[in-house]
Amino acid sequence: MIKFDGVTKVYGDKVKAVDDVSFEVPEGNIVVFLGPSGCGKTTTLRMVNRLESITEGKIFVNGTDVNSLNQIELRRNIGYVIQHNGLFPNMTIEDNVMAVPNLLSWDRKKKTDRYNHLMDLIGLNPDEYRKRYPHELSGGQQQRVGIARAMAADPPVMLMDEPFGALDPVIRSRIQNEFLQIQQEVKKTILFVSHDIDEAIKMGDGIAIFEGGKLMQYDSPSELLARPKNEFVREFVGQDRALKSLSLHTVKDLISERMLRKADGLQKHNKKTITVETNLRDALSILLNQEADQLFVQANNKLVGAMRIDDVEAYLHHHIK
Amino acid sequence: MNKRLVSFVIKLILFTLVMSFFAWSFKSGYYQLIIDDAEGFIFLLIQHIHMVALSSFLAIVLAIPMGILVTRPKFQKLQWLFMNTANLGQTIPSLAILALAMTWMGIGFKPAVFALFLYSLLPILRNTVAGIKSIDPDLLDAAKGIGYTPAQILLKIELPNAAYPIMAGIRTAVVINIGTAALAYLVGGGGLGDWIFTGIMMRDNSYLLSGAIPVTLLALLADQLIRAAEKLIVSKGLRPSAAVSD
Amino acid sequence: MNEIWNYIIENQASIGAYMLEHIQLVGLSVIIAIAIGLPLGIYLTTNEELAETVLQVANVIMTVPSIALFGIMIPILSIINHGIGFVPAVIALILYSQLPIIRNTYVAINNVDPHIRDAANGLGMSTMQRLLRVEIPNALPIIMAGVRQAVVMNIGIGAIAAFIGAGGLGVLINQGISRSNTTMVLTGAIAISILAIVADGLLGILQKRMTPKGFQQ
Repeated sequence: MIKFDGVTKVYGDKVKAVDDVSFEVPEGNIVVFLGPSGCGKTTTLRMVNRLESITEGKIFVNGTDVNSLNQIELRRNIGYVIQHNGLFPNMTIEDNVMAVPNLLSWDRKKKTDRYNHLMDLIGLNPDEYRKRYPHELSGGQQQRVGIARAMAADPPVMLMDEPFGALDPVIRSRIQNEFLQIQQEVKKTILFVSHDIDEAIKMGDGIAIFEGGKLMQYDSPSELLARPKNEFVREFVGQDRALKSLSLHTVKDLISERMLRKADGLQKHNKKTITVETNLRDALSILLNQEADQLFVQANNKLVGAMRIDDVEAYLHHHIK
Repeated sequence: MNKRLVSFVIKLILFTLVMSFFAWSFKSGYYQLIIDDAEGFIFLLIQHIHMVALSSFLAIVLAIPMGILVTRPKFQKLQWLFMNTANLGQTIPSLAILALAMTWMGIGFKPAVFALFLYSLLPILRNTVAGIKSIDPDLLDAAKGIGYTPAQILLKIELPNAAYPIMAGIRTAVVINIGTAALAYLVGGGGLGDWIFTGIMMRDNSYLLSGAIPVTLLALLADQLIRAAEKLIVSKGLRPSAAVSD
Repeated sequence: MNEIWNYIIENQASIGAYMLEHIQLVGLSVIIAIAIGLPLGIYLTTNEELAETVLQVANVIMTVPSIALFGIMIPILSIINHGIGFVPAVIALILYSQLPIIRNTYVAINNVDPHIRDAANGLGMSTMQRLLRVEIPNALPIIMAGVRQAVVMNIGIGAIAAFIGAGGLGVLINQGISRSNTTMVLTGAIAISILAIVADGLLGILQKRMTPKGFQQ
């Protein structure tokens, strides 16, 4: 869907911000660009909708070289979300969300329907917010509206530049989850800049790690955690990469590997119930926080067994390492 | 003591002072001139407004495009020059500008309008530039990123978001203009200053107040009208926090 | 240009005297204005209700055209026999200075970082100590900006005060106009402009000096 082919960006005469980057992003995937600040991830993103010019190489969206397209047309067909949401303070929420459809002169009926649909999608009441202004919304609500605006004209591709970076951790996590749900429905091809490895693991179908303008590794999160290609990637993903990779696996995965224990000692033990969809990292932290000695696992509201720390450890040894 | 009470008492004292001034000046018949020479009064009033309106209009239609121009990336270098000239120009007293216009263009309505125009350019230009420059770069990036053309960015993002400081600049310019127009008498430009200066020279309170009070009311009225216009023009989404001093 | 130069040389004594008068008029008014405005601005930070009223009134005064204010003051001050001359000029200049001085003092002190204020309290400073050692030094650059604005504005209004007999450089313009002497008008206009620009520059330097080192951008 999106193909980077030897893409290079040089500022002035010497400074190579992006250096010969090539990789492909399949349709419907979220690929997270990860790396320290100044590593070239944002520049790479901004070359896709030509907010930055491409010095050398080519970027293809859906088989078309972006440099062959009209710059304005190109941008209108690509959703764009930035860190501080960039909502226009002088416009109402409706006008903000409908910014691109307004540029494309959609008719009123189509715009109203689309606005209502998008607001429902991001979980804000369309009528309540229609005539409100951005400053009347909380940071999390503003960011949701920013996402709705990027999706307004239903672009197949979206660029997101640290979209949740300015939010506090609790709200960030909630919006990440909501966004993943929306993505299941809309299946956009998304390039997502982040500097947070946990966010990358959570959001990405693929992760592209950058350093000094070079692409260090481009792989699925589990591959990246299991087999970092070089010292830089190893260090960047952290000592606890095994632990991190647990968040990619659910209790369901564990069940497929080994039998659950019998849910015994209903009275004796300090217990807590989770579902099979819970990821193993969360399960482990509940166990470690000593909220429970063992966890009761439910599938479709039926108790299917129990698990302990040993089970997670065994799975980790067996499957991930 | 109760702070609200202090505030109320002070408001009351000020109100009483202003009211007793008006009562005293009315009782002394100092405004009789406006009625006795209504024709002359209307003539000077219209002349005054004409001067202010013409010069302000010219200043607005020149200063705003100029401000837009020097905030385009191509003209970054000019911006420094323009802003410094504007700042320096505003340091020069209005009377001096008026006098300079007179020595250059002679006496009459034209040099007066020209001086007023020149003097109003500066606050509008300065506020337009400051207003556009103070817009969050993220907004412009977002606008560009979703496919606004440069013209659309200017009309839909930059100007609406800079509307408050621009309007404040216009308000400052018009209010100063009304005051400076009262000096236009000195260069033969007419206006209500005629009566004020006549009053000073003849030590005649009737001329003084019949000239000075209408000019003051005109300035206050213009200030209020433009503030009302600000409320209409500036989007409700923008709270007037822009601290461009006026 | 030559004419003006000759005029200045020939009349340097009287021009110097006007210049001195002008500086005296502006200097005296600004000193009195600071003596009123600074404490008032500080007090207003403790009484928001009153602050709004005072700033509104100062705003209205600023809106009144200077020649009109003189026109209004002459009949009033005539009652105590000071309708024209130095006294009404000084009063007008003090009134006009109040807005920049009070507003900037009020805003500057209100804007002192609450953390700094907290720290001062934590160190056990009394309200007065905190004001003198922490709040005023931190607010000083902005207060100075207000004083600077007042001085530059007053130099201009002081020129107009010549028409009500307050003396100063405006006299050159006043007499030049009535005698149709362009050279005299030009000399007056240029002298006033230079005075304003120089005062602005000097106070700008002073303002920078008063800015604590750790504070400059």
